[in-house]
Amino acid sequence: MPSLPERLKAKFGAKITGSNLQAIDPWIEVAPSALVEVCQYLKTEPDLEFNLLNCISGVDFFEPDPKKAAKVTFEPHTEVVYHLSSVTKKHSLVVKVILPRWNNDTPGDLPEVPTVSGVWKTADWHEREVFDLSGVNFIGHPNLRRILCPEDWEGYPLRKDYEMPLEYHGMRGR
Amino acid sequence: MATAIDDPRVVEFDVRTDEMLVNMGPQHPSTHGVLRLVLRTDGEIVSQTEPHIGYLHRCAEKIGENLTPRQWIPYTDRMDYLAGMSMNLGWALCVEKLLNHQISDKARHLRVIIAEMQRIASHLVGMGAYGLDLGTFSPFLYAFRERERILDLFEEACGARLTYSYLTPGGATADLPKGWLQKCSAFLDQFEPVIQEYHALLTNNAIFIKRTAGIGLLSPEMALDYGCTGPVLRGSGVDYDLRRDGEERYTEMYDGYAFEVICERKGHYPKDHSYPPVPKEAILGDCWHRFYVRMLEVVQAIDLVRQAIERYSTASGNWGEPIKLTAKLPKGEAYLETEAPRGQMGFYVISDGNSIPWRVRARSSCFCNLSVTHELCRGCLIADVPAIVGSLDIVMGEIDR
Repeated sequence: MPSLPERLKAKFGAKITGSNLQAIDPWIEVAPSALVEVCQYLKTEPDLEFNLLNCISGVDFFEPDPKKAAKVTFEPHTEVVYHLSSVTKKHSLVVKVILPRWNNDTPGDLPEVPTVSGVWKTADWHEREVFDLSGVNFIGHPNLRRILCPEDWEGYPLRKDYEMPLEYHGMRGR
Repeated sequence: MATAIDDPRVVEFDVRTDEMLVNMGPQHPSTHGVLRLVLRTDGEIVSQTEPHIGYLHRCAEKIGENLTPRQWIPYTDRMDYLAGMSMNLGWALCVEKLLNHQISDKARHLRVIIAEMQRIASHLVGMGAYGLDLGTFSPFLYAFRERERILDLFEEACGARLTYSYLTPGGATADLPKGWLQKCSAFLDQFEPVIQEYHALLTNNAIFIKRTAGIGLLSPEMALDYGCTGPVLRGSGVDYDLRRDGEERYTEMYDGYAFEVICERKGHYPKDHSYPPVPKEAILGDCWHRFYVRMLEVVQAIDLVRQAIERYSTASGNWGEPIKLTAKLPKGEAYLETEAPRGQMGFYVISDGNSIPWRVRARSSCFCNLSVTHELCRGCLIADVPAIVGSLDIVMGEIDR
């Protein structure tokens, strides 16, 4: 019986761009364009049945401090991490999508990833939260609006280079 | 969907109604804090519900990027402020998973005692507040009478009554004081017969059954699709409890404990022999079932605490030293979910090798449970909206973080 990442690699080929099975929670990395296809497969395949999407997290990898930035080992990028598990089969998997921090290297142009809200409905609110706090544009999302911050809020607070606004509707920020 | 104006069941023939938007909250007593619901109504019928959240957003995740894991413990208290101990436990276990830190048996049993006592206290508020939502005041007072005694016990153990910061990575901040176990046992012996009173007040109450049975039906498939967990999922008949089915790092805490997951099997619940039977009006997955699962989990928690007290008093070893405040975290990431009273509470920590994590993330159970409201409230009466939202037992502090 081949392991799950090997099986996925055999089926999807180059769309599975990486994996780490030695990590505490083994993860696979999927190309953004193939995300929905892979997720649909993971959910519907009878012996996998990942029917519960636990969490979607946006992680920003960027060091704003120029002194420390010289020492970091990663290239600046944004990760969207999907934690999946199966209620019936009682196993779990982590799927990662790696995106540029800004689309086309243009600040303000949000990185894009297709929505999985058609696969798991719970992704609807989770993706809104990631959009709100980490600034990722989920293509095809039915209702991509801010969820925790006010609708007229500016910036994406969980990005490492975020700066608190000086003023918001007459309230002092810093 | 009973929204069509010519539906003879719901609309009086001589009355024409118009569509209207009704704003409910954020300062509405039955929204459990600061939830705002915008209802699209036609007469008494709700056709669309849109929850607006974020009024209690305190940027807990951003704060966590500037503190060491032990310093962040007080912020987890303030997420689900009715079950602070369970939040502490979830974060502590997640950090221990990253550190690969094993705690002693004694500390493990201590955590079971504390976590299950917290479950009782939390479900008591859930029950009492649900009574308030449906317009009855007495169960609330009955529930708080008993909860007060649990808080007294917690205060004796850690000095706080609401935001405990008691369980930390490595164990707990202090051992249980002398004589605490006897007081805890005495409380349980006194508390167990009192549960009958709650059932007489609510579970068996004809009005309560009328208000909750058959309302807010949630199918198991929809519950999973929306990521609903905890009593909401089990109330739909899905046999899933992380204390039995979770990751080993969590389930080893309950290793050797005798307990059955509270979930309906062939019309019966485990432990329901001395409690009211399921009324014939109730349908699996409705508000009544979600409520009943919580009530039986209280009984189960009593049982677990009794077992834990016995094991704790005979276990060898230390109650567990907290890790150093500025302990270096290994490079890597860890995600762990635990069964908090309101559902699966997950924590995710990413470390770049410093003592301050690169990113922390809290997966809130209420956040997912609330996201299903618009499906449950479609076509119900306005008066049923508090009954449905109340049966999900949400805490806004956890949703907004």
